[in-house]
Amino acid sequence: MTSRDQILADIRTALGRTAGQRPAPLTAPLLRGPRFDRDLYIQTFVQRFEKLAGKAFAVPDAAAVLPQLSPLLDGKRVVASHAPFLDTCGITALPQVQSGFSGRDALRDACAAADIGITSADYALAETGTLVMLSSRQEARLVSLLPPVHVAIVPRSRILANLDELLTLLPKPAEQSSSMVLITGPSRTADIEQILIRGVHGPGEIYAVIVENA
Amino acid sequence: MTGAPSENIQKTLNDPRLQLAIYAASGRLMDHRATAVQTEVLPEYQDLRTQANQIKKHTIENLDYYLEQLEANVVAHGGQVVFCRDGQEVADFVLGLAKKNDARLIVKSKSMTSEEIHFNERLAHHQLEAVETDLGEYIIQLAHQRPYHIVAPALHLTRYDVADIFTERLGVEREVVPENQTKIARAVLREKFLQADIGVTGANFLIADSGAVVVVENEGNARLSSSTPKIHIAVAGIEKLIPRAQDLAVFLDLLGRSATGQPLTVYTSFLSGPRRGDEVDGPDEFYLVLLDNGRTKLLVDPEKRQSLYCIRCGACLNHCPVYRKIGGHNYPWVYSGPIGAIITPQFHDITENGWLPFASSLCGACAEVCPVKIEIPKLLLKLRSEVTDVKRQHGASGLERFAFRMFAWVMAHPKIYLLGGRIGAILAPLVPPVGPLKKWASQRTLPRPAKQSFHQLWAARKRK
Repeated sequence: MTSRDQILADIRTALGRTAGQRPAPLTAPLLRGPRFDRDLYIQTFVQRFEKLAGKAFAVPDAAAVLPQLSPLLDGKRVVASHAPFLDTCGITALPQVQSGFSGRDALRDACAAADIGITSADYALAETGTLVMLSSRQEARLVSLLPPVHVAIVPRSRILANLDELLTLLPKPAEQSSSMVLITGPSRTADIEQILIRGVHGPGEIYAVIVENA
Repeated sequence: MTGAPSENIQKTLNDPRLQLAIYAASGRLMDHRATAVQTEVLPEYQDLRTQANQIKKHTIENLDYYLEQLEANVVAHGGQVVFCRDGQEVADFVLGLAKKNDARLIVKSKSMTSEEIHFNERLAHHQLEAVETDLGEYIIQLAHQRPYHIVAPALHLTRYDVADIFTERLGVEREVVPENQTKIARAVLREKFLQADIGVTGANFLIADSGAVVVVENEGNARLSSSTPKIHIAVAGIEKLIPRAQDLAVFLDLLGRSATGQPLTVYTSFLSGPRRGDEVDGPDEFYLVLLDNGRTKLLVDPEKRQSLYCIRCGACLNHCPVYRKIGGHNYPWVYSGPIGAIITPQFHDITENGWLPFASSLCGACAEVCPVKIEIPKLLLKLRSEVTDVKRQHGASGLERFAFRMFAWVMAHPKIYLLGGRIGAILAPLVPPVGPLKKWASQRTLPRPAKQSFHQLWAARKRK
């Protein structure tokens, strides 16, 4: 008997079940609605994001993104994801920005050498100040992970109330992507004497730019 | 039957630095949790606990069904599922895979399940290096120790200890500032991430309807372990299952808050299978190792099987008056504190660490803070009675049995009892603390017997 069959058989013996026996129905988990008005989504997101030591700005439209970010990007090595919204915002046209990688190794090396990684986000969760990133052709995993600084440019329409709303919208995230990551604040550790230190493996600084008319 | 490691416990109790470290760290974690679950912040906290308990109960009671569902969905997303009965089978699988891919280096994120099976040591015997990448785990791996706490593995070490460990093991100049120590570790481990052939993570949850593993963390090392190397292996106990992705709305609301007071940890990764056709990066191969290692034994008893609901938040450790004094390393297995006290004797032979269920004041704090409502004190009592039954069968406690029989006889004979009481009151202060009394008296002061017993007072009152 294989280990698989042995384990399943042991479980069935212990529980008094037979193979393929369907469980009694399980009630759906209660998914909470937003605790605040939709008008407050941006404000709430910005507040929570900054409480986590991130920096968040709201700008009126895509044209206002570059002026907001240029002091941060000047003279830096920047990697940007393929998200079309970054083109709209003029990010990928900047001379210091590398983008459009086709191979995994090239992308990885660029991210490992970059000072800043810029992505969009599939969703943002206001209640917890969270960015939601689904891995895709447009969004690689490593752009928001390897560089010491992560900047996310998020259309206002992508802001949801909370995790519950995300899971209502995406009841099965695995159908969309091999990887969905919720990012809630900069990378941190408190493993030495419980002293909080940011930027241990992931980015120690994160920025969010919310574009109101998008 | 092995007894409690009294000498080591005494050493911990007599170490003021260690006492302060445990007390301060667990106290801080208690405060953080209390703030994060208070009614103003999370009004549905108690309701979430009830739901979490019901979902876990349902899943564990139908475990084979959900395991098969999980397996089918992992395969549908291009991953493979490997069932393993024990640590040896896990090691055999990983070694085989490493050999096939000519892999030399494994990066690993924090996983109690892998600690449980001595994953790193097993591979090291075959010249396969597995590097822990969580900062705390990395430190204790360099120091050849085991985790002191489920969520804060290096809780017992100071920055000076870390400085010594880094100097000795990494050959770097002595550095005592935690921020700089973190930078040292980041630099060393970043190289490992970029070189590694295989990444190993644990799993906080297995999602049956999605064929996914969910990993929560704060540092980013689990993301790196699962995204940089070409092969990702997730190692998880079979009890980590929950039926639906939507159930995460309940469990993620509880896990971070109970562990560190965070509404969500910094990173929550929901991973299923290798990278898909058009995805730019991610692993080419994905394996989910499902480990039994004794878990099926815990399913037999309908009451004790709730031990498998545990989501490893560590809240019961922080709130336990025993853990907070004796610390993590005096528990015989990687799982310490109240949860360790109930699962260790069940995973291993009950007689092996029979003292564990007795090392509790049954104050109930653990049950009060458990996010999945495991009735830890009730299980401790149940295990105590099982340990006692085994002892009785083995006749190891003849003296104890004799003492209790005498006690029962005396209690059934009031005259003898009264006489004994009077003699006892005179003799007790004169008995020197020798034999078994010596140990007892070393920690306690025997109260002076009252001048008059209750019976005498009662009789006098009646006469009035």
